[in-house]
Amino acid sequence: MSPHGELKLQNKYLQWFERRLPVLGLMHSSFVAYPTPRNLNYWWTFGGILTVMLVIQIVTGVVLVMHYTPTVADAFDSVEHIMRDVNYGWLLRYIHSNGASMFFLAMYIHIFRGLYYGSYKDPREVLWILGVILFLLTMATAFMGYVLPWGQMSFWAATVITNLFSAIPLIGKAVVTWLWGAYAVDQPTLLRFFSLHYLLPFLIFGVVLLHIWALHVVGQNNPDGIDVQTGRDTVPFTPYATVKDSFGMICFFILFAWLIFYIPNYLGHPDNYIPANPLQTPPHIVPEWYFLPYYAILRAIPSKLGGVVAMFGSIAVLVFVPWLDTSKVRSARYRPLYKQFFWILLLVCVGLGYLGSKPPEGAYVIAARILTAYYFLHFLVILPLLGFVEKPKPLPASISESVLKKGKGGAALATSAARSPDRN
Amino acid sequence: MRSLTIAVALLAAQAAAPVIAAEGMPTPQRQSWSFAGPLGHYDRAQLQRGFQVYREVCAQCHSLKYIAFRNLAQTGGPGFTEAQARALAAEYQITDGPDDTGEMFQRPGRLSDVLPPPAPNEQALRSRFGGALPPDLSVITKARGYEAGLVFGLLDFFRQYQEHGADYMYALLNGYEDPPADANLSPTLFWNKYFPSNRIAMKPPLSDDLVDYSDGSPKTVDQYSRDVVAFLAWAAEPHLEARKRIGFQAMIFLIVFAGLVYFTKKKVWSDVHA
Repeated sequence: MSPHGELKLQNKYLQWFERRLPVLGLMHSSFVAYPTPRNLNYWWTFGGILTVMLVIQIVTGVVLVMHYTPTVADAFDSVEHIMRDVNYGWLLRYIHSNGASMFFLAMYIHIFRGLYYGSYKDPREVLWILGVILFLLTMATAFMGYVLPWGQMSFWAATVITNLFSAIPLIGKAVVTWLWGAYAVDQPTLLRFFSLHYLLPFLIFGVVLLHIWALHVVGQNNPDGIDVQTGRDTVPFTPYATVKDSFGMICFFILFAWLIFYIPNYLGHPDNYIPANPLQTPPHIVPEWYFLPYYAILRAIPSKLGGVVAMFGSIAVLVFVPWLDTSKVRSARYRPLYKQFFWILLLVCVGLGYLGSKPPEGAYVIAARILTAYYFLHFLVILPLLGFVEKPKPLPASISESVLKKGKGGAALATSAARSPDRN
Repeated sequence: MRSLTIAVALLAAQAAAPVIAAEGMPTPQRQSWSFAGPLGHYDRAQLQRGFQVYREVCAQCHSLKYIAFRNLAQTGGPGFTEAQARALAAEYQITDGPDDTGEMFQRPGRLSDVLPPPAPNEQALRSRFGGALPPDLSVITKARGYEAGLVFGLLDFFRQYQEHGADYMYALLNGYEDPPADANLSPTLFWNKYFPSNRIAMKPPLSDDLVDYSDGSPKTVDQYSRDVVAFLAWAAEPHLEARKRIGFQAMIFLIVFAGLVYFTKKKVWSDVHA
């Protein structure tokens, strides 16, 4: 598979093991010799960042569970116990709670990177759909995790979100009772959310492996969106991508540390430091920031069922993007019209997030309706049409040509190409 | 730069989220808190004064159930010695038990006891205030806040300001006013311009010369409220000093590490671009 050399083991014990289970060879071909396009930019580091964030969430989560009590009477107290009496418990919890935010930040960047550079197009459709599944699983996990501290927002978020299923015709009420395991959000709900919050990350981990597998079968897309042709278009994963990803990751961690150590409650809601009270509805029930755009879509539609369908539809539509986008050109670099619509879509999503934080009244609702309509218009109308009306810019002949042109100017191209050994 | 724009926009969306039902409420003034900012730390003398205010005034109605006497002597707190905390605990009688005969009994407090609540249970407490429940104050400065607005909310991210709860508590303690003529206020309620709906069941708790400070600090409502809010901020976030200290070390480590990896990256990639 790799043009960049094979693993040669010197140690005879390792050789013995490798003949029986070639796991070292697999690691070597996947993370050392694996050829990566040489023109990847820092937007490509977020896949690695997300993998590390998942591991961080699992590790801190496993330790938090050792001190957490999943009962309605004790959940809030046990979280405060973690914050006060467990050694570095405050650190674990703040890493975990802010880690969820950083996870979504990285995930949104990763998704928008895919949209910008056309990473979903042939032959990466399955890779993209696995990504959408990961996105959904992560949303479910984050939502259930938010319920566990059993504060006011936990309880009322759980109530609002589970109640969405009551919009299903005929069986809605029964479904909601089944989800709750009771006639309201109560002890059985907390316990099952706890159980699933522990289970889902391992499912996510499994799908991440499939995602990486699919990636390594078809190879990475790149900022020019053109296929790798020769060995000169790629560099080995190690050391090139490893060191570049490491730098991106450390910069990401600086932002992460900023939140954890200095403003750990900045992204949270004060009401979640009030113990859950089923008899007192908070004046505004708002989700965490990463769900705000969907919350805006949900509330923009006047009918409850319509809102729920639109909200889930806004994610489901992503599954079909590989076929909705009719352009043959992948990267927005060479798609002058699509590039503009991409930035409009991004602004629309941020706008929806802002509106999701506002009460559903007056001008906010009207704005949310316009932006929701535009969101679907982008995917269902603009994207398919652009492929027909847009005249793409000429694509570079190869990745190496495009890199060298940018790095040195055209003159250096010939000499450089002559000097660099053909790795194929 | 683009990632920053996205991050900023997403954070802004959150910062704009309504924090308290305060439409029409004035925005609390920001106070200068010693524990704000990257190098923030608690003022020991202030925490001790604040504890005195809590003990002599607030504790009549409000519990502080996550704070034990031992916490008063822990690092990063009010700085009482262990002996002082032990002596303080011993001033209280704690109900313990059941003993071998199944009876509850009274004993002097120990370091491991939490500060005794004002009433044995919620119902007992509510009955004293016509059904209103004085909330536990352990995490009150994290459970309150105000909407900073889009611009200030964004600035707070960069200024590392998250003392909104403390600002709100200070404003509330100083926010009592005569009710407007048309308020039609029930006699058990009081008018406070910072409280949602303005009608608060807590009577103005502080007045000048109410608590006798021994360190010469002014005996004013302003000083009392600053001190007690600082104390409650510590109660809500007892490991703040360790957090900011470790954060400083982590930041220096990460920035230096990022620099080293950046130059390593440049070195490694130099032969690709050459």
